Amino acid sequence: MTDRTYQGLDPQQAAERVAASINLRKRKETRFVWLGKTAVAIALGFLVLLFAGILTKGIPGLFQYYVTLDLQLDAQQLDPSGQMTVESLAGGDFDGVIRASLYEALGNPEGRKAKREARRLISSGSSQRLMTYVLDNPEQLGSTVSIQFAVDDDVDTFLRGLISRETPEADRRISDQLINYIDALNAQGRISYEISDYLFFGSASRDAEMAGIRGALVGSIFTLLVCIVIAFPLGVATAVYLEEMAPKNRLTEIIEININNLAAVPSVVFGIMGLAIFIVAFGMPRSIPLVGGIVLALMTLPTIIISSRAAIRAVPPSIRDAALGVGASKMQTIMHHVLPLAMPGMLTGTIIGMAQALGETAPLLMIGMVAFIVDVPAGVTDPGTVLPVQIFMWADFAERMFVQKTSAAIIVLLAFLISMNAAAILLRKKLERRW
Amino acid sequence: MFARITTAAAIAAVISSTAVARDYISIAGSSTVLPFATIVAERLGRNVNQKTPVVESGGSSVGKKGVCDGIGTEFIDIGNASSRMKTAELEYCDKNGVKITEIKVGYDGIVVANSKKADRLKISLADLGKALTAEVPVDGKMVANPYKKWSDVNPALPAMEIRVYGPPTTSGTRASFAEIVNEKAYCGKDAEAKAALKAAGKKAKTCRAMRTDGAYVEAGEQDNLIVQKLQEDTGAFGIFGFSYLDQNSDTLQGAELSGVVPTFDAIAAGKYKASRALFFYVKHQHIGVVPGIEAYMTEWTKHWGDDGILADAGMIPMPQSERDEMASRMKNLPVLVAADLK
Repeated sequence: MTDRTYQGLDPQQAAERVAASINLRKRKETRFVWLGKTAVAIALGFLVLLFAGILTKGIPGLFQYYVTLDLQLDAQQLDPSGQMTVESLAGGDFDGVIRASLYEALGNPEGRKAKREARRLISSGSSQRLMTYVLDNPEQLGSTVSIQFAVDDDVDTFLRGLISRETPEADRRISDQLINYIDALNAQGRISYEISDYLFFGSASRDAEMAGIRGALVGSIFTLLVCIVIAFPLGVATAVYLEEMAPKNRLTEIIEININNLAAVPSVVFGIMGLAIFIVAFGMPRSIPLVGGIVLALMTLPTIIISSRAAIRAVPPSIRDAALGVGASKMQTIMHHVLPLAMPGMLTGTIIGMAQALGETAPLLMIGMVAFIVDVPAGVTDPGTVLPVQIFMWADFAERMFVQKTSAAIIVLLAFLISMNAAAILLRKKLERRW
Repeated sequence: MFARITTAAAIAAVISSTAVARDYISIAGSSTVLPFATIVAERLGRNVNQKTPVVESGGSSVGKKGVCDGIGTEFIDIGNASSRMKTAELEYCDKNGVKITEIKVGYDGIVVANSKKADRLKISLADLGKALTAEVPVDGKMVANPYKKWSDVNPALPAMEIRVYGPPTTSGTRASFAEIVNEKAYCGKDAEAKAALKAAGKKAKTCRAMRTDGAYVEAGEQDNLIVQKLQEDTGAFGIFGFSYLDQNSDTLQGAELSGVVPTFDAIAAGKYKASRALFFYVKHQHIGVVPGIEAYMTEWTKHWGDDGILADAGMIPMPQSERDEMASRMKNLPVLVAADLK
């Protein structure tokens, strides 16, 4: 045994070295914190930019210009056969009544060209609005009523100040005469800027001033309904089986891996599958929310299964043991204890899956739902489209008023999404239990 | 087990019953024809007891292939296209036993536009092709396009950097532009280019490729995006359909191509060369099966005139004689055969 003395640093040196390394570690930590803060700041900045852009463009889109006309509802002219049905009103001269009132408000312009310019003031869909009004208020026939009609999209763009008066007449889409007419109506106080009822109650239209999101909104709701009816029970049943009943073997392992893989499959692939199976093999019609819902259900299934399994796993084993201990069967344990306790987590996952499905367009492209559809669907087998598709189509139309309408539709879609996510958070807060 | 079989049978019955019941017209195809087809569809839908046709987007190839996919209500009835059917595409139709009739509905101009804050570009179609095609002849050889400024192409042109926003390869507008300008006006006419192509053993068709060195910028299928870019970037040009220029005539101007300014009248008269025809292809076997196809065709004839709503939306009408011919085609429905496409 040789006497070995400690060969390391003397305490003084050690203390210095530690102090230096502590400083280094502190600096590293500060750097890391700053890095994190910058990342959050950049992300927030983008979010603010996105929302500011959408809101500044979209809020004007929620409004549009209207012109108020006093109409003489002549029963003979509007409903020649006097039956007051959609068919008999189709024979009525609604455009004539609107024109007469418009000409009167403009001081009865003379000549074909002047009248033609005057007609360009109001939306070409005004006669339909009047027809709906007469159908809803048959007692008004024979009297004089004031009704607001949308102005034509070019006139609307002008009134918004997006077309300048100073531009030479040949270079703008509205003539000097039309501007005079607009000024005349403005002087009479007939033109107003109000919340657009066309946007919320109108369906898709190629006349920008009449275009609305109702058809797409109803289509979205139908599609999501089909989606949730299929995906939720299937997803929960799969999760319960895999988590509680299935033996842990090769087969279940393969199934599990495949479910995880399925969650990463690009959504357009589901669309191609939908086309091949439901439309070509089963002969279902194109463009219907039923097929769209099924395709989206297949797409959201993995999300629901994965989140449901996580929720079931979060239920403490002691609860199962206690239930089994007092003599409950496996089935009773699951139905009475595990499922109710896991439900908040499952619902959250489902709502997030649905929100994801709401924003999808790619899988719908293949099955014909990326389409211009005017009629509001009355059921899941009527042709329909969805909100994001509507936004995509509007964004590409040449008419300028569609820019505002597009942003307004984006606001509606975002509101829809935020409320779905808020519902998920609320549900979790309300029903969640901690152990 | 029996219960299971009956449920399966019930589901199958529901599915097969929906297959027969399509009472609306299904249309798909070119995104250039779509704005006009939707206007017609919407007008048709205003009639009582007539459902509004469903118009899908997708591109000309989707329209031409989709209509030929087969017979049965799971397939579309009418395909829209902004370029004419090719023999190969018609063969696909014949293979599936589909008989179609070709209807031309009007024309669309392709414009090269820039901001009104800058000067209007005056350029010949050949020079435009020379500026934008991927390979040009230098000393008798085809090399990557070296021109940086418009004045490099032709000293008479402004000394501005060549920067053109245009649609991607999937677009019919791009295909037509490349064919009319790059292939026919430049490589097919220019003596130097013809000699160099011959020496390299290439066909004029190879000129359809656009530059990829940044002078031609693909801006996506959305023409509105290009319009917005041009309003901000006064040094750039954009390639898109005439209707977008028509809607933005207060901020944008179309370049004068070979001495012709793109105006509604010039395109309608055929003086403005960069234009193409718009078609739809209607499937015979579905007429009478899906209600309203004849009415839809007739609806086009009501609006495609010189002062119709389609002209308002930027579609260039056909001359009266062509309109008459197409209207009679709608009645007689001549089957499209390969000989017609020559």
